[in-house]
Amino acid sequence: MQIFLPIAEVSVNAFVLLGLGGIVGILSGMFGVGGGFLITPLLFFVGIPPAVAVATSANQIVASSVSGVLAHFKRKTVDLRMGWVLLIGGLIGSAIGMQIFNLLKALGQVDLLVTLCYVVFLGIIGALMLVESIRALRRAKGRPGQRRERTKHTWVHNLPFKMKFRASGLYISVIPPVVVGLVVGMLGAIMGVGGGFIMVPAMIYILGMPTKVVIGTSLFQIIFVTAFNTMLHAYTNHTVDMMLAMILLVGGVIGAQIGTQIGLRLKAEQLRIMLALLVLIVCLKLGLDLLIPPSELYSIGVI
Amino acid sequence: MMRGFVLALALTLAPLWLAAEEVVADLSQNRVSITANFDGSEILIFGAIKREAAIPTDSDLDVIVTVTGPKKMETILRKARRFGIWVNVERERLGHAPSFYSVAATRPVEDIIIPATDALWKITADEQILSERRGLPAREALIRIRTGNGLYRRANAGVELNQNTLFNTSIALPANLVEGAYITRILLVRNGLILDDYSTEIQVQKVGIERWLYNLAHNNALIYGLLSLLLAGIAGWGASEIFRLIRR
Repeated sequence: MQIFLPIAEVSVNAFVLLGLGGIVGILSGMFGVGGGFLITPLLFFVGIPPAVAVATSANQIVASSVSGVLAHFKRKTVDLRMGWVLLIGGLIGSAIGMQIFNLLKALGQVDLLVTLCYVVFLGIIGALMLVESIRALRRAKGRPGQRRERTKHTWVHNLPFKMKFRASGLYISVIPPVVVGLVVGMLGAIMGVGGGFIMVPAMIYILGMPTKVVIGTSLFQIIFVTAFNTMLHAYTNHTVDMMLAMILLVGGVIGAQIGTQIGLRLKAEQLRIMLALLVLIVCLKLGLDLLIPPSELYSIGVI
Repeated sequence: MMRGFVLALALTLAPLWLAAEEVVADLSQNRVSITANFDGSEILIFGAIKREAAIPTDSDLDVIVTVTGPKKMETILRKARRFGIWVNVERERLGHAPSFYSVAATRPVEDIIIPATDALWKITADEQILSERRGLPAREALIRIRTGNGLYRRANAGVELNQNTLFNTSIALPANLVEGAYITRILLVRNGLILDDYSTEIQVQKVGIERWLYNLAHNNALIYGLLSLLLAGIAGWGASEIFRLIRR
């Protein structure tokens, strides 16, 4: 069934879009990532203009994150206090990121920068997560029954403005979460994603939060940052396609519920290995596109 | 100089002394509505040749039908390898080119008219699409890409002519249409001369929810953005509730 999208101005198969939304929703529920890093390139592939793809996926991520976070609220796996602290940083970062994005757009070459950002960040994070998860899995196999210790004292724990985050079992300074939120918000705005794939590892490895709480908290924070991005895109560029978003999110919200269930049944280390592999695959694909000589050197510019 | 003048005079006066044959044509529809399930549209163009005298038998009669989509400024990007990766290195503003162009005729256009007539009436894509930039790689790339996407097309035997009097052709408009006026031209040719031409417009427009969403997004961006977020929130909450009920 073909459907004509009013803002993107292209006709696409509605079932393909539903499928895309579903896959991304499952990932969103499983890993606590918004899935923007995956859905945006997938939308390019189906023929949606890049500007519309970026703006609309932000809108779609809001829906799948709301759905995901509600499931996590029921399980009490959201650290609300940490979520608000991250969000303060996130919104500031997002506003800065938008400014950088528009500045680079005026200079041209914004596509290249976005792709390079993807390749570099996805590559680094994917590789780090994979190595760490495999090590953790091996450790768990070697000495079954022994949990990995979390109360490592690093420089993060010696900063001022300490605050108690009961749900995470942490008593740390608010500076690291605000900075993490800010950096992720900034990158998210430049790359047109929610930033969950950077946020999740940052919460685990920098803040030392338990994996179960990380996912719900990340989703909570992503809702507001992507809602902010959606508004900015809708207001300044008129590139949010509501019809496209609705189809994607019908698939997405269903997928998110399924994903949350899968996520609760899998071990944290297994989840992380899978996310790491997925991140690396997307990174490889984008990287190859930069390296392989294109069959057509010319392309028609879109405004 | 003199030859050019005579040729121009002949081309100008030709319709006068050959006005014995005229085109009468119509379209199956002169309005294309883009609805939510729009999947392209097929327009039937048909007509007849009106004459005062008997059908001349000493020469062939041909019909050419062209459809030109709305024009807009085109920018072409060129990639090259820099530091090992392929990036856009050049951006060229070409000029105004139609988003869609279709030529259909009873025979290959080159067999019907001479290049000078083609240049004057801008019939083939090569004449119609930015012919003043001919030879420029970016312009050739534009034609190549649009032809590949089915947006610039030609049908060498696309027009059917019956008993030198009735003709018809169908133009398939693709699904990814740009809104605006599509100018349809019908040319009557004999002995390489354009005897008559008829021009009309096909209006392509979004309707219903498509129109409403498009207008809202552009005229009330704030409300549109808030509405998008509201829908996203409701959809997310709704799915969560439905799944809770299912699991119970």
